[in-house]
Amino acid sequence: MTDLTNLSLVGLVNGIKNKDFSSEEVTKSFIKNAENSDKLNTYITKCFDEALVSAKNFDKKNKPKGLLPGIPIAVKDMFCTKDVKTTAGSKILNNFLPTYESTVTNKLWMEGAFLLGKLNCDEFAMGSSNETSFFGNVTNPFGDKIVPGGSSGGSASALAANLTPATIGTDTGGSIRQPASFTGTVGLKPTYGRCSRWGIVAFASSLDQAGPLTKTVEDCALLLQAMTGYDPKDSTSINIKANNFSSNLTEKVKNIIIGIPKEYRVENMPIEIDKLWKKGIDFLKDAGAVIKDISLPNTMYALPTYYIVAPAEASSNLARYDGVKYGHRSKGSNLIEMYENTRSEGFGDEVKRRILIGTYVLSSGYYDAYYLKAQKVRKLIKEDFDRSFKNVDAILTPSTPSSAFKMGEKKDDPVSMYLNDIFTVPVNLAGLPAISIPSGYDKNNLPLGLQLIGKPFDEQMILNLSLALQKRMNFKRNIKAWWK
Amino acid sequence: MVEVMLENKFDYFIKGETNKWEVIIGLEVHAQVLSKSKLFSSSSTKFGADPNTQVSLVDSALPGMLPVINQFCIEQSIKTGLGLKAKINLHSVFDRKNYFYADLPQGYQISQYKNPIVGEGEVILDMPYGSKKIGIERLHLEQDAGKSIHDMDPENTFVDLNRSGIALMEIVSKPDLRSPEEVNAYVKKLRSIMRYLATCDGNMQEGSLRADVNVSVRKVGDKKYGTRCEIKNVNSIKFMQMAIEHEAKRQVKLLEEGKAVDQETRLFDAKKNITKSMRLKEEAHDYRYFPDPDLLPLKIDESLIDKLKKTLPELPDEKKDRFIKNYNISAYEANILVSEKEISDYYEEVIKHADKKLAANWIMGDLFAVLNRKNISIVNSPISAKNLSILINLISSGEISGRIAKEVFEIMIEKDNNPKEIVVSKGLKQQSDPKELEKIITEILTKNKEKVAQYRNGKEKLYGFFVGQVMKSSGGRANPKLVNEILKSKLKQECSKISR
Repeated sequence: MTDLTNLSLVGLVNGIKNKDFSSEEVTKSFIKNAENSDKLNTYITKCFDEALVSAKNFDKKNKPKGLLPGIPIAVKDMFCTKDVKTTAGSKILNNFLPTYESTVTNKLWMEGAFLLGKLNCDEFAMGSSNETSFFGNVTNPFGDKIVPGGSSGGSASALAANLTPATIGTDTGGSIRQPASFTGTVGLKPTYGRCSRWGIVAFASSLDQAGPLTKTVEDCALLLQAMTGYDPKDSTSINIKANNFSSNLTEKVKNIIIGIPKEYRVENMPIEIDKLWKKGIDFLKDAGAVIKDISLPNTMYALPTYYIVAPAEASSNLARYDGVKYGHRSKGSNLIEMYENTRSEGFGDEVKRRILIGTYVLSSGYYDAYYLKAQKVRKLIKEDFDRSFKNVDAILTPSTPSSAFKMGEKKDDPVSMYLNDIFTVPVNLAGLPAISIPSGYDKNNLPLGLQLIGKPFDEQMILNLSLALQKRMNFKRNIKAWWK
Repeated sequence: MVEVMLENKFDYFIKGETNKWEVIIGLEVHAQVLSKSKLFSSSSTKFGADPNTQVSLVDSALPGMLPVINQFCIEQSIKTGLGLKAKINLHSVFDRKNYFYADLPQGYQISQYKNPIVGEGEVILDMPYGSKKIGIERLHLEQDAGKSIHDMDPENTFVDLNRSGIALMEIVSKPDLRSPEEVNAYVKKLRSIMRYLATCDGNMQEGSLRADVNVSVRKVGDKKYGTRCEIKNVNSIKFMQMAIEHEAKRQVKLLEEGKAVDQETRLFDAKKNITKSMRLKEEAHDYRYFPDPDLLPLKIDESLIDKLKKTLPELPDEKKDRFIKNYNISAYEANILVSEKEISDYYEEVIKHADKKLAANWIMGDLFAVLNRKNISIVNSPISAKNLSILINLISSGEISGRIAKEVFEIMIEKDNNPKEIVVSKGLKQQSDPKELEKIITEILTKNKEKVAQYRNGKEKLYGFFVGQVMKSSGGRANPKLVNEILKSKLKQECSKISR
């Protein structure tokens, strides 16, 4: 019998619909893989027993309904899940049991999916290597001691290692696209406001978006369709008619205009990445698209802007973790001491660093020079894209300036770590949709991705272009299950 | 109509050892928005529920929870702004005010910092020395915090989040107030306007209205403001007045001793009647305000403002002008009658069928005395407006005297009966039969021959004695006007007897 875990999400959905196999069989296969995957450390919480019950219940029903009938899905541990521990990768939420379900996960369950488990991630999604999690590093299935990227590292690794058929993550500065690129998977960050943020542990409210991580572009379209939609409980969610991303998916991209921004050609970028970018351009030309050089002049300011805006919001968003109401509480002889001990013990170094930066840039006397200035630059960056999108339909760039690196390599050098997000961060600042698709390998046989950036709410365009690229790339995830 | 304040009639100054000092006061009033649910959640705002029973996931700041603005609270603020004749800002922004406290679940309060929903407006005060305009700087919306309870346990503090997230309007005045009396008038007027609008119930006992009071002093004649102190969270008008008086004196003493006033936040201790330092300027929190990224800027449509304008009731100032014009009562009377909407409603109900001037006198005199004594509001008046109007008509028509009316009124307090019935059943109807009265008067004069003789000899003071005897004899029911007429003519006759 074929290994069901090798199938795509669309393949599994069709198989279950056609009764080629049962939901229980599918679920058991993934559980079996996941149970032998401790070396990868992708799961924080396993819901295998409950998932099997759901699968059996599903199989008893006659007519499978919804976009994701009988599909077990593990999700990043940033999504609050009812009665299932939700940690955000932090000690401070190590004992937190939500009484509510996030809008996005709830949408998946409404489409027939059920929860397989909660996946490891950087603490409060702050990190680019999944090394900041309280629950330990996640390993990239492409190699022992290789990071999976971050912050959705657990999600990307679990997907690439066939421990979940598909997954969802959150992307504040590249947290879906960078790990997708590092693990040879597809990751999409939707337009800001496309997915509800209700019930997702907040990192930086004006940047956070949930999105799918999948094996194929088709899977991505399907999962995106399942998770999007207006939510009156999120004031920043946009009331726009939902697209049928799957049925509108086409590789016909003739005469579509693709912008190539010269500012993304950075110094010291490995030659393979440049080559890959050229390959992408050639493939899109081959598909009939038109290539156009463009300029996004404020790109160089994106990273410093991001590292003011995101920590500023985070410093305020994380103030609620004070030991008073829920989560970890340390002892103290008075309120202030209790706060200090709780937050000193509950948060890790990277989170503390960002809280300090955020507090600093919002302080009186520094606000104008940092936060306010950053907001102005953010507007300029958005205007760069607005201007370009008058002439092009999408923008093609590399996803990351390097392939996955070794654990510990950048841990003590935050700036070098932050540089990893150089191509993904501008997209979050501008609120645009972008996708990373696997495109090839570097000299160490580690995967690399290309990023397509779209106009606001034009996820369909970048999905279609991705499909055209996918067909031509013929990318194979060469992973041996060495961790078993 | 604003009269210039007559300086010579205004005499609130602090007299120090060496100088006369003027007191400059500005108020930040926190008024709870009258609304069923909270500013950013659907939890109830009902007062007095068991602790932590009106708390949603949003109010307790659980991970991933997001605020959604309560449209009704926006409308309430716009209405209040219109009532203050203020500019409504079509674009305003919600900001986060960051600080840590156990009863602040989010670790920040959602408030409005640089762009409030309501801009400059005004409140007119009626002071004994004329009308005075007090400028309003701004009105903004913000969340209330929860409540920390420190005295239930020797070791622990308890937190009640029922209040957490309730909508408050912070109404900031310009530093235009000059005395505790003006503060009293200002808070009452503000409360009156909001009660007319039904945007705040103004209930100070339940904390629906509280104020931070900014006080500074300067020598009479000086133009520059002195350094101010802010007295936090004062929850009664009386305490505000006490706190201002004490604080002004404290500052004067410091300045006259050649010391400086420190800009600081102070607390008022009502038991000791002093203010004490809470924190110095240097210790002030850095609130790190920034726009709340969970909320979009608040856009208000001009059409909404127009719609709300049409729903505004007649406000106290307009009502007062109408009362003076239409009901022929004094500005002083009108001012009292419109101070609470319920009083003006009661008055207008009474005068549907009764004399306007008499009605004003009875309400402001006898009725208010009863309400005060019983400590109840006019809504619960023991005497209905209808019965009061009947009573007043009995007086106007001469059926009973003012004195009897007071007797009937006392009976009405106990049981709100129709005064006509009381008059009949108690036999209190005025005696207006001239023949009957003449008989009584003749009797009295005959009984008191000596006094009549004294009167005849010029002791005219005795006239009152004869009236008193007649009233006594008639059980107070004699028509005083007729008694006067008959008695005068009778006494005249007595006098002419002699001269003849």
